[in-house]
Amino acid sequence: MSTSIVLAILVTSLATFLSRFLGAVSSEGIKETSKIFKWFNCLAYATLAALIARTIIFPVGVMDDSSYLVRFVVVVLSLTVFFISKKNYVYPTIFSAISMAILVNYF
Amino acid sequence: MINKDFFFKGYKSILAHDSPAIALGCCFIAIGALLKNLGFNIQESIFSTMLTYALPGSLVMAESLLVGASLLNIFLAVWFVNARLYPMAVSLFPLMMHEDQPKWKYYFSCHFIAVSAWLIMKSNYKTIPEKYRIDYWIGIGSATWSVAVIGTLIGFYFSEYLNKEMMMGLAILNPVYFLCMMVGAFKTRQVTLSVLLGIILGPVFYFFSPEWSILLGGVVGGTIAYLVGEKNVN
Repeated sequence: MSTSIVLAILVTSLATFLSRFLGAVSSEGIKETSKIFKWFNCLAYATLAALIARTIIFPVGVMDDSSYLVRFVVVVLSLTVFFISKKNYVYPTIFSAISMAILVNYF
Repeated sequence: MINKDFFFKGYKSILAHDSPAIALGCCFIAIGALLKNLGFNIQESIFSTMLTYALPGSLVMAESLLVGASLLNIFLAVWFVNARLYPMAVSLFPLMMHEDQPKWKYYFSCHFIAVSAWLIMKSNYKTIPEKYRIDYWIGIGSATWSVAVIGTLIGFYFSEYLNKEMMMGLAILNPVYFLCMMVGAFKTRQVTLSVLLGIILGPVFYFFSPEWSILLGGVVGGTIAYLVGEKNVN
């Protein structure tokens, strides 16, 4: 293994574990019904939503080469499939991958 | 030790009809292919997924390596992008705390905090007795972690068969899956508002600070949603 890659992996895992571990330690003593728990619950959902929106609107990596229109159409159609399939998670997910692979050839 | 019944019950959750296994596996197939293209060997790729087990963090590391960033830069960039794991842990662990359970289980299993496992646990914890929730969680985490490692392995070896269109298909799958899971979690006004504000504010803050946009969007959106929810309750 090359040293720089191994060090990068170790640094990445340390940076990731830090947030997880601090979260686990600081949640000791927090009650499920407390206000701080409710607040952190809102923060977690909002942060995840922000991450998802950023990934779709300002993607990094391979998806950066696709147009906004394609990504928007794929997301809207996938959400439609999600509701039509009575909130099944697998169908819209597979649909999104196939429709994206097809649509990027045309737009 | 770990209660086997609840561990396996958690482990089997990835076999459910709405399992995240397919989406999660496909995302890590993309990561496996990406790492191979970056010059990682198979050991490094597997090692990376096992130790990091967080998709955005792996992507940031890959990009940083590509532009020759220093280790300190990688640490800070990954820390920023994965800081979301902190509120996720604080909003999950209190649901699993039990005085009869040893602390090491909590410290060990915090490594499994990731979007898929977190969302599965959030939607199922009420069906599990409080004492065994941590064992159930370790089961879910082990299952999703195994899927991630297997996905990386497949992606690494099949990367030459994946063209650009297929890679794009694999890349959109992850946000779409998470988006569906979050829409499926719209059960209280606070959660619904948190998700909607996060979706709007994340990209808005991107124009001011790309690095801080996720955290700022989450903190501002989540706090507004919390205050609005509390005001309505009162």
